[in-house]
Amino acid sequence: MSEAVSLGGEPILRTKGLTKQFGGLVAVSDVSLDLYVGEVHVVIGPNGAGKSTLTNLLSGDLPPTSGEVRFEGNDIAGCSADHISRLGIGRSYQKTNIFLPFTVFENCRLAAQSRTPHALRVFHRAGGYAEINRLAGEAMAAAGLAHRAERIAATLSHGEQRQLEIAMCLATQPRLLLFDEPLAGMGPHESQRMVELIKGLTADHAIMLIEHDMDAVFALADRLTVMVNGEVLESGTPEDVRSSPAVQLAYLGGEEILHD
Amino acid sequence: MNFRAADYLPWLVIGLLALFPLVESTFYMQLLTKVLIMAIFAMSLDLLVGYTGLVSFGHAAYFGLAGYALALMAPQYEAVSLWWSLPAAVGICALFALVTGVLVLRTRGIYFIMVTLAFAQMLFFIFHDTKIGGGSDGIYIYVKPTMKSGEVELANLEKIEHFYWLVLALMAATFLLLRRVLGSTFGRALVGIKVNEHRMRALGFPVFRYQLASFTLSGALAGIAGYLAAVQYGFVNPEILSWHQSGAVLMIVILGGMGTLYGSVIGAFAFVLLQEILSNQAWFGAAAKHWQLALGIFIMLVALYLPQGLAGLLRQSGRKAAAETTDE
Repeated sequence: MSEAVSLGGEPILRTKGLTKQFGGLVAVSDVSLDLYVGEVHVVIGPNGAGKSTLTNLLSGDLPPTSGEVRFEGNDIAGCSADHISRLGIGRSYQKTNIFLPFTVFENCRLAAQSRTPHALRVFHRAGGYAEINRLAGEAMAAAGLAHRAERIAATLSHGEQRQLEIAMCLATQPRLLLFDEPLAGMGPHESQRMVELIKGLTADHAIMLIEHDMDAVFALADRLTVMVNGEVLESGTPEDVRSSPAVQLAYLGGEEILHD
Repeated sequence: MNFRAADYLPWLVIGLLALFPLVESTFYMQLLTKVLIMAIFAMSLDLLVGYTGLVSFGHAAYFGLAGYALALMAPQYEAVSLWWSLPAAVGICALFALVTGVLVLRTRGIYFIMVTLAFAQMLFFIFHDTKIGGGSDGIYIYVKPTMKSGEVELANLEKIEHFYWLVLALMAATFLLLRRVLGSTFGRALVGIKVNEHRMRALGFPVFRYQLASFTLSGALAGIAGYLAAVQYGFVNPEILSWHQSGAVLMIVILGGMGTLYGSVIGAFAFVLLQEILSNQAWFGAAAKHWQLALGIFIMLVALYLPQGLAGLLRQSGRKAAAETTDE
């Protein structure tokens, strides 16, 4: 898969000098990275390195202080989260962020509904749109939740809630996926399933993944970026990053990353 | 069960209420008219509080504004046609809600409560301290609006049973309209916003626009109630804009059960009837003067023991009954 990297092509998303300051604190400093369809770009780094803030800048949850974010050629820096979502960027959250009182299906249906211009059809029953229901059904199936369709989201296991988080993303048909620690709090079995799920999405999506689980990182990464103190320390293929002296120094040996 | 209680119950209740004038009691028909007007008012607020997650403490603004709109539009000693005065009053409320909504929806939580209250108080003092609406004395509406089709009088609102049926019809229409709207993709999005506004935004919903649409619809429907209240009492004064009124309708929604719609109707019945009973001097003597204290205690008890309101009680017993039928 690393050929995709060398193929070059046009990146679906490109940031240049992306910076976010909170008062005196520079959370993300001068980050430039490219994301490509067919490629999983994993961002790692210690807590407080600015990984989640970077995700928030790309998804529109936070406006950048300076710098450029180009998605499919358009500058989206500072656009609202809902606008960015409609452009085709989907994200999941580090802390499970779903509609707990709704069924799994309704969570996905609502997500799919956001893609359709039916907001003004206030007299038509919500469940009556075949297209929305189909998208919701496909998203549930892709995330391995089809058998849970009628369960209330709050009653799902932690791992299933994480899967639902991904399913909701997929139901919005994004071309770029931003996954913020999708494996957080998962057992080994659940993690394995999630890794397979993400692998299955790489062919027709660009994926940026923030992850601490190093087995998953090296199982998935086509490209790896290491962030420290808001800055990109190293970026390249997993092999390049592993052998980078800067990373070796920062982590006192590649093994240290594992315990982060 | 092949048919669900929720499908036919509203029609049954509306049908029974339509037969009430057979009782031929002016007092009770007027009381029931008041209940139904408050039910419309409460349902309009439930759309905001129960379905959109926006607790407004200034809903009397729209109620009162519609009343004043009617009083100011109607010529002093002549009847005004309902066909244009009602839509006009409702339109004014919708417009006012749209404009205030743009401002108040920038705030959340306790600030939203305060800002909605502030707008209602502004309106209160505009009518209270200026001569526009007769100051603190208010204005009389001497002649009730007419409902004519050509030369034929469809209903004579001077007759209390005709007015009662009109109010009942509008209450039913409001209920069915809201039920329809809330069942649509728009309604689902509103509930999504109530549950998790942040996630809705991340999913691509322009949350502000949805909230503004809900706020505007809510203000417009409150306008229907305010118009009818003005017709019923034959006068408007600043009291219908006061925060007491905003508080009362909020209590009705909470008492009945937020986010159920029919709970607002139950709440209106409970609130208005309790108010009537507790302030009855024949029954409670001197204590009747302090009916607000007794009502307050009752509402506190409901809030403590029935967090889902009276509608929650109904739903519980309904579920129990359903469980028993499936057991058989």
